Amino acid sequence: MKIELPQVGESVTEGVIGKWLKQIGDRVEKFDPLVEVVTDKVNMEMPSPVSGTLSSIIAQEGETVPMGGLIAEIEVEGEEPASAVPAPIAAPQPQAVNRTGELLKDVAPVGPTGGVLNMETDTPVSSGRKRYSPAVLRLAGEHNVDLSHVNGSGMNGRITRKDVQQAIDQGVATTEPATAAPQTAPAPAVPGADEERIPLTPIRRLIAENMVKSATLIPQAWTTVEVDVSGLIQRRQAVRAEFQEREGINITYLPFVIKALAESLKENPLLNSSWGGDSIILKKRINIGVAMATSEGLMVPVIHNADTLSIAGLAKRVHDLTDRARRSQLRLEDVQGGTFTANNTGVLGSVESKPLVNYPQAAIMTTEAIVKRPVAINDAIAIRSMMNLCMSFDHRIMDGAEASGFINAVKARLEAIGPNTGIY
Amino acid sequence: MQRDERVFILGEDVGARGGVFLATDGFLEEFGEERVIDTPLAEASIAAVAIGAAIHGMRPIAEIEFADFIWPTINQIVGEAAKVRYGTNGQLHVPMVLRAPQGGGVRGALYHSQSVEAFFAHTPGLKVVNPATPYDAKGLLKSAIRDEDPVIFLEHKRTYRLVRGEVPDEEYTIPLSSADVKLEGEDLSVITYGLMVHHCLEAAQTLADEGVSVEVVDLRTLRPLDSETILESVRKTGKALIVHEDSKAGGIGGEVASIIGEEAFEYLDGPVTRLAGPEVPAMPFSPAMEAMYMLDADKIADAMRKLAAY
Repeated sequence: MKIELPQVGESVTEGVIGKWLKQIGDRVEKFDPLVEVVTDKVNMEMPSPVSGTLSSIIAQEGETVPMGGLIAEIEVEGEEPASAVPAPIAAPQPQAVNRTGELLKDVAPVGPTGGVLNMETDTPVSSGRKRYSPAVLRLAGEHNVDLSHVNGSGMNGRITRKDVQQAIDQGVATTEPATAAPQTAPAPAVPGADEERIPLTPIRRLIAENMVKSATLIPQAWTTVEVDVSGLIQRRQAVRAEFQEREGINITYLPFVIKALAESLKENPLLNSSWGGDSIILKKRINIGVAMATSEGLMVPVIHNADTLSIAGLAKRVHDLTDRARRSQLRLEDVQGGTFTANNTGVLGSVESKPLVNYPQAAIMTTEAIVKRPVAINDAIAIRSMMNLCMSFDHRIMDGAEASGFINAVKARLEAIGPNTGIY
Repeated sequence: MQRDERVFILGEDVGARGGVFLATDGFLEEFGEERVIDTPLAEASIAAVAIGAAIHGMRPIAEIEFADFIWPTINQIVGEAAKVRYGTNGQLHVPMVLRAPQGGGVRGALYHSQSVEAFFAHTPGLKVVNPATPYDAKGLLKSAIRDEDPVIFLEHKRTYRLVRGEVPDEEYTIPLSSADVKLEGEDLSVITYGLMVHHCLEAAQTLADEGVSVEVVDLRTLRPLDSETILESVRKTGKALIVHEDSKAGGIGGEVASIIGEEAFEYLDGPVTRLAGPEVPAMPFSPAMEAMYMLDADKIADAMRKLAAY
């Protein structure tokens, strides 16, 4: 049986083969972890879709394989009815498969089509989105346009040649920098006498690609405000011991910040959106990604529906995600669906930073180190705990007015935290 | 005829009457009855006489009074004239023109409305011309007369009275097999010929008001087709609508569509679409039914809208 790289995630187009957990000739049981796969979202262990003997490994470690690409073959003994064999990965991660885009195989990297998995259920409404005309494919191929980022204006939402041309003219939706950068910038074959060449780990490569995408595809502007967090510090101190005792976990500043973010995002929906080429796509869910440094590299687990959780609830989610990120046990759904990203650069000692927007989101905000500083209050000098909030945003989606409105709303909420701020 | 005394005209009513549509009005007086010959009501012999004269060095312009009566000439034209050069290994050739008014929309019913181009355009060895404007008619007719091989020169009856345009007195010719972009556009190519050129131009104007830029290509010659102009237009716009009054199946539109499919597939951004006459044996007589049969600017504009929106 041919084993293909399962299609996971909405915008995932390819994966990097990590470590093979079974070797050629090994006996493999159905659902046994077969191979590690690194995507730009998450690392995962791909379970074997069948029982049998691993007869050949086609994709070697470190190789980049498009979703649906052939990676191995398993010899299946006996007659296993086809109906009993679930689609690869479908059983363990059904929620991922349901949202899977239709990916083009053996075609220039144009990305997922955004259609449904089952090609047979061909309804008039969806057919327009899935099938591209020769002109569209040709133009997209020539300009490396990721068609999943192009909005269709044709019949039933079909992407027309004009839509692709418009996307090219606007300079969006191009996969070129992401795919070309690693390929066109190889390190010199022989390092110089005073140089050492470190090969990229799969995750490093993916981080690099995402950063290039952000830096080249999003025109980003940057803003920063100062926040007096003296009230926040006092409140956290006041509840810390009791919270530790009652919940068994430490409460940090982060849940307070996420709470303020979620509420402010609700008021400022433009910040919770994506650039859609000829439109802006507002996201109805508020899913806040939290950037975390792990031993493997930067991970951004997501707190889904953050606006529905209390500070205590957020504290638990943050704790759970942090814990699992450290132990490399994040699941695919933990890193998917983010609509806004928060990054606590203050923990690194930074007092000001200029983050790169987490493509294709609209903005990213950092919380910087809290520093005690003399501040003028009512014409008197006071020592206050001050923290900077820094934010980069997609200037196509909004202007400084909207961005400032949002970041000042976050600031106001953080400064309003006092002895009466509820935790539950 | 003033320029070349080998040129002569023959057909029913072409002399004393000046042609049923007055196409040869005054010719008899100027050129005399040896060069403007009224023939009996016998189309096969009109064609056969023309072929014989052409083989012997004359330049006959034979007229079939209505294209509906062209069928008796099929044996002469398709069976013989088209094959003479090939069959004699180039020793003989047939430099003749067969003119015929065709097309409907004139309350002509079954026997005065037919479109015959597809039958002749299928035949290697023939050329088929169908001009849409007075200017093109002059330039193309001169080229047809001077061509060394048989040319079927079809004129839409409605264009005789419906279309007016400047025709310079001075000498000019338009090469056969040269299509003409009658209107430049970006969003959609409409490929057509004959009377329909005018309906398409009118529909294109409607679409322009709606923000759709339509290019109208007038084929002018239906065999051989000017593939280059067709392909250039479709490569630019990515969408092709072919419009003709003749019925759809086996018509010129199928040939044009195939050329586009074969040569410009990668440029297509929509289905190559044909808008043509209905699959009905003949033009109805009732004015209401005739209007239903005929294409007009509204029907064409609808087809343009649909393809533009695809």
